[in-house]
Amino acid sequence: MDYLGYILISTGLLFFLGTTIGLLRFPDFYTRMHAAGKGDTLSTVMILIGCICLVPMGLLLALKILLIINFIFIGSPTATHAMMDAGNKAGATPWRKDSK
Amino acid sequence: MLLVLVRAVKGPTVIDRLVAINVIGTKSIVLLLFAGILFGQLEMFVDIALGYGLLNYIVSIAASRYYQHRNSLEPEHSPGENPVS
Repeated sequence: MDYLGYILISTGLLFFLGTTIGLLRFPDFYTRMHAAGKGDTLSTVMILIGCICLVPMGLLLALKILLIINFIFIGSPTATHAMMDAGNKAGATPWRKDSK
Repeated sequence: MLLVLVRAVKGPTVIDRLVAINVIGTKSIVLLLFAGILFGQLEMFVDIALGYGLLNYIVSIAASRYYQHRNSLEPEHSPGENPVS
C-alpha cells in the first residue's frame, strides 16, 4: 500500500510539472487550456488517491477526500469547457503555423 | 505554482489569466492537504480544502460567464467612463 501511494504521488507531481510547462510554453489560448484542463485534473486525482493510500486515517476522512476527488473530477472539465466557450465567443483566434 | 503565476501575470489576454488562476486554485487544494499531513491536523484541513474547491469552481464559472456576455477580451479604455475590470 505504501509503494502504491509513493508511485501515485510521484506520477501526479510529474503530471503537475507537465501542466506547468505546457501552460508556459504553448503558443495559444486553446492549447494552453488543453494542457491545463487535462493535466490538472488527472494529477490532482492521482495525488489525492496517493494520500489516501499513504497516510493512515479514518474512514470518514477518506470519504471526505473521495468527495473532493469526485468534485474535482466533475467540476474541473466543466470549468474548462465554460472558459473555452467564453474565449470562443469573445473572439480569441486560434494559432496557426504561419502566424507570427 | 510560481511558474503558473508567471503566466497569470504576463498572459496576453484575460482568458489566459483565468486559466492560470484556475490551475493555481486546483494546486492549492493539494497544497492544503499536504499542509494538513505535515501539521497532523488532517480533519480540519480536508474541510478547508473542500470549501476551497467549491469556491474555485464557482469563481471560474462566474468569470467565464461574464466574459461570455461581454464579447470582447480587451478592457475598454474610454476617457469618460471607468475602465471595466
